[in-house]
Parts: sequence; C-alpha cells; structure tokens
Amino acid sequence: MTLTAPAAAPPAPAGAAKQPARRPRSRTGTSAWTPWLYLLPALAVLGALLVYPVYQLGLISFLEYTQAQVSGGEPTSFQGLGNYTALFTDPRFREVLLTTVVFAAACVAGTLVVGCTLAVLLTRIRALPRLALMLAALGAWATPAVTGSTVWVFLFDADFGPVNRLFGLGDFSWTYGRYSAFALVLLEVVWCSFPFVMVTVYAGIRAVPTEVLEAAALDGASQWRIWRTVTAPLLRPILAVVTIQSVIWDFKVFTQIYVMTNGGGIAGQNLVLNVYAYQQAFASSQYSLGAAIGVVMLLLLLGVTLVYLRLLRRQGEEL
Amino acid sequence: MTALRIPGIRRPGRLLAEAAALLTAVVVAFPLYWMVLSAFKPAGEIQSAEPRPWTLSPSLDSFRRVFEQQDFGRYFLNSLLVATAVVLASAVVAFLAATAVTRFRFRFRTTILVMFLVAQMVPVEALTIPLFFLMRDAGLLNTLGSLVLPHLAFSLPFAIWMLRGFVRAVPEALEEQARIDGASHTRFVWTILFPLVLPGLVATSVFSFISTWNDFLFAKSFLISDTSQSTLPMALLVFFKPDENDWGGIMAGSTVMTIPVLVFFVLVQRRLVSGLGGAVKD
Repeated sequence: MTLTAPAAAPPAPAGAAKQPARRPRSRTGTSAWTPWLYLLPALAVLGALLVYPVYQLGLISFLEYTQAQVSGGEPTSFQGLGNYTALFTDPRFREVLLTTVVFAAACVAGTLVVGCTLAVLLTRIRALPRLALMLAALGAWATPAVTGSTVWVFLFDADFGPVNRLFGLGDFSWTYGRYSAFALVLLEVVWCSFPFVMVTVYAGIRAVPTEVLEAAALDGASQWRIWRTVTAPLLRPILAVVTIQSVIWDFKVFTQIYVMTNGGGIAGQNLVLNVYAYQQAFASSQYSLGAAIGVVMLLLLLGVTLVYLRLLRRQGEEL
Repeated sequence: MTALRIPGIRRPGRLLAEAAALLTAVVVAFPLYWMVLSAFKPAGEIQSAEPRPWTLSPSLDSFRRVFEQQDFGRYFLNSLLVATAVVLASAVVAFLAATAVTRFRFRFRTTILVMFLVAQMVPVEALTIPLFFLMRDAGLLNTLGSLVLPHLAFSLPFAIWMLRGFVRAVPEALEEQARIDGASHTRFVWTILFPLVLPGLVATSVFSFISTWNDFLFAKSFLISDTSQSTLPMALLVFFKPDENDWGGIMAGSTVMTIPVLVFFVLVQRRLVSGLGGAVKD
C-alpha cells in the first residue's frame, strides 16, 4: 500500500481554495449539496452532543445552579460573572490551576523524551528486539486507564508491592506525600502515553526516503549533520502533532488522578482541574462552579489549538 | 520491515542499543505481567511482604470471586455492547464526513475542519454536567444509550481528523475512472472508496474503542440507579477501596478488562503503525 507515501496525497489546485463554493460539481454527478449530505450525520451528532452541551455549560456557569435549582425547588438566578469572580479569588482554585499546568508540562516532557528516544532506538536495532519493544509498548498503550492506574498503585503498594521491595524502600507510601503521589501518577501517564509518540515518530523516521540519507552519507555528512539537516526538518510536522496531542491529553487527565490518588489525594493535595471541576459539581452539587471551571479549561485548550493551527499554517500545510 | 540502514554504526553500538531496547521492553511489559501474575496468585501469596515474580500454585480463586461478587459477565457484555455500537457508528459517520471534507471543495470547508479540530480539544469531563441534564431530559438516564451517544460525539472529531489522510490518499484518478465507467458518486463512495479506506477505519476505531471501553465517569454519572446497566470500570472500582484492597480481585478484574483491548490492538497493530504515519504525514 502506498498509504504512508506523502506523495500519494493529491495536491489541490492552488486556485481551488480561493473560490471553492461556486463551482458546481455536476461534472462528477454530484451537486453542491452532496458534501453537506455527507456531513449531515456528523454535524447532527456533534451539534446535539457537543455544541449544545458546551453552550449549556457556558450558560450554567453564569447562573446560580445548585441542588435546589436542579430539583426545581428554587428558580435559577443570573449571576453574571459571579461564579468566575468566586473562582479566581479562591486561592485553592489558583493553586489547582498552577498544579495542573506544571503537572501537564512534566507529563508532556516525559512522554516526548521517552517516546522520541525510543523511536530513534527502534531505527538502530534488528527486527527481533524491535518487535519485542513494539509489542511491550502496544500493550501499555492498549491498557485501559482505569486498569493501568490500579496496576501501578499495586506495583507501588507500601505493603505488597514489588517496587518498594526491589529498591529497599520499606513501607514507604507513595500516595501519602503530595510529590511522590504526583510522581507515581506521572510514571503511569508516561507509561501509557509514550507508545503513541514512539510509534508515530518511528513511522515518521521510516518515511524519510533512504536515498536521501544515503546520498548525504556518500557526500560525507556526519551522523549528527544528517540528523540535523535532513531528518529533523522532515520530522517537524510530526513532532508538532504529537506534542500538541500530548498537551491536550495530559492537560485533561482525569482517570489516573481520580483512581490513583482516590479522587484527588489526601485533603485534595493532588487535585487537577478536571477532577476539581468534577468534585465541585457532583460531590458538592455546585454545578455552576464546576461549569465555570470547565469553561476555563475549554478556553485554555482552545488557546493551545490556535497555536497548533498557526503552526500548521506556517508550514504551508493545507487543511 | 527492513531496518533503516544508516552507515557508520559499529556493531558494538548496535548490540548496546539492542540490549537497551530489550531492557526497556521488559520494564514496559512488567506492569502487565504483574497484573496477570497477581490475578492467578493464591490469596496468601498476594498478601505477602515478600512478593515473588512467579507463582508455583496458580489458582482461579480471584477470578471466581470477581464473577461471583459482581454481575461481572453482564457488565462485560454491557461494556462490549457500548464499545461496539460506538465503533460501528463512528466509523460510518466519520467516513462520510472525511469524504466530504477531502473529496469536495465547498464553502465553509476550512471552517468545518477547524471546528472538528477545536471539538477534539473539548474536555469530556467538563461536559458531564450539561450532558447529565440532556440525558435526563431525553429520558436516557440508566440506559446504555446514555453512554453510546456521548462517546460517539467525542470520538468523531479525532476519527474524522485521522481519516482525512486515508481518504485523501486515494488517487483522484480513480474517481475519474469510476465516473467514466458510469458509476454514480454514491456507488464510487461505497464500493471503491470505502474498501480502500477500511484499513484507516480500523486504525481509527482503536481510539473510539479504547476511549469508550475506558470510560467510567459517564457510567458513574448517568447510570445512577439501575446497576444492571453498569459497565466494567465501575464494577472494578467496587473492589478498589483505600483501606482494605482486595488486590487479587482487582488484578483479576483488571485482567478481564484489559484482554479484549489487547486482542483488538494486536489484531490491528500493523495497520495502526502505517495508519498513524499516513495520517500524520498528510
């Protein structure tokens, strides 16, 4: 199959993007409505279950919405920016926000370093060890977040876990301290998310034409120089994609924190935004505060998306 | 699979790299090995201060306990039903949408693409609140439909984004040829394009499957009173208590929950690797 070949993508005529709508496609037996017909199911599902809930989320974040309003006991009242003021004057929220950013950054960095290193390693070894590493990584990738979390907690269990025995840590409890608990979650997150980076970057390296590398080597370029001037530039789009994807996944991490630190750690020391929003909404019935946190997260991730789009654009990629 | 031959690497270097790779593979696979091992260990060996990396007397006690205490078989079936429904529906819907945005030029095409990308960033958990009210109003609370619909919505944007590359890779000349041969566009889409894109669909469905299979937040929030509709993660968390964990039960349950995904993954493994490369390269 030529699916991986970049050349297989038919280049769109440069002019087509500028005046797309007016050109009737009757030539191919389709009308101007055909694409909309194809899009209809997707747009219907996304409209009803994504756009509308987002709208409602925004709406709730401006209301006073607690158990009393949900059960219909009290009328809802408009709060303006009241919920947001409450949120940003709350030192707890600001701390959770900072924690989330730092923790996500650490997860992304860890995932990328491990993933890219192993991808390069994969290109340097023979088929058998490569298959072994590939299979192990796929196993980690396939493991559901819930079971991955339970297994890692068990591995690091103070009483019965093998890790403490192996390193002679006695009955050190990883989930007791704030930083050790975060470290444990970080390890699990890196474990289950590096395979995506590794496999993708490896596929990218393999897609670099061998002739180019050979030509560069024949011309006497050093390994480092080949990497820097040939491989790295070709990999840049892929690296951008995996970075952004990791940022998105790690920023909204929920299951790992929820399961491993039992809902946010002792006295909430391991809370991240997503868990915090969930706790506010469903544990304390502060639906409007939970919704406001959701809106903040949405806006932050939207910012990341815009950066991503600009990156794609700058590389002259066509959507 | 041929190795990328980069001249100038000496043999000892490669042996070192291979040793490092094998060591990494062992470390990465260890948690899964420990999970399966602990599931088969008798209770006495799990609650031991000297855990050994093998067992001489494997037992099925933990599995028995899991299936007896909980209606585990039923939950397993529920999980499978939800995941299958999401995978099939999202494959068809995403395929049509990806075809629309890659094979046609129309007004607002770029806008729609950007919308799909933005939709992908929406944190699922943040929408639990409005979705809960939506499901309540639609009368879907306590049904499996309340899990299928949101997961369908959340897996679509990524699926469409990934499928784009696959649909675009099918040469336009093929479409032209089909038209000349008198095939209608609908016929081209279903009898030519669809089979060609199928490998990509399989790769994409892995993500839909996993995110649906993993979910426990929606299950926890939407299936409040009817436990016969529960899915696996919830059943697993019953065993997970901060003070007194039944580790054997948890590991047995985890094993049962992990195996379908592992099987699915191994089956589509090769397509996945080429699929990601294809999607990302474009």
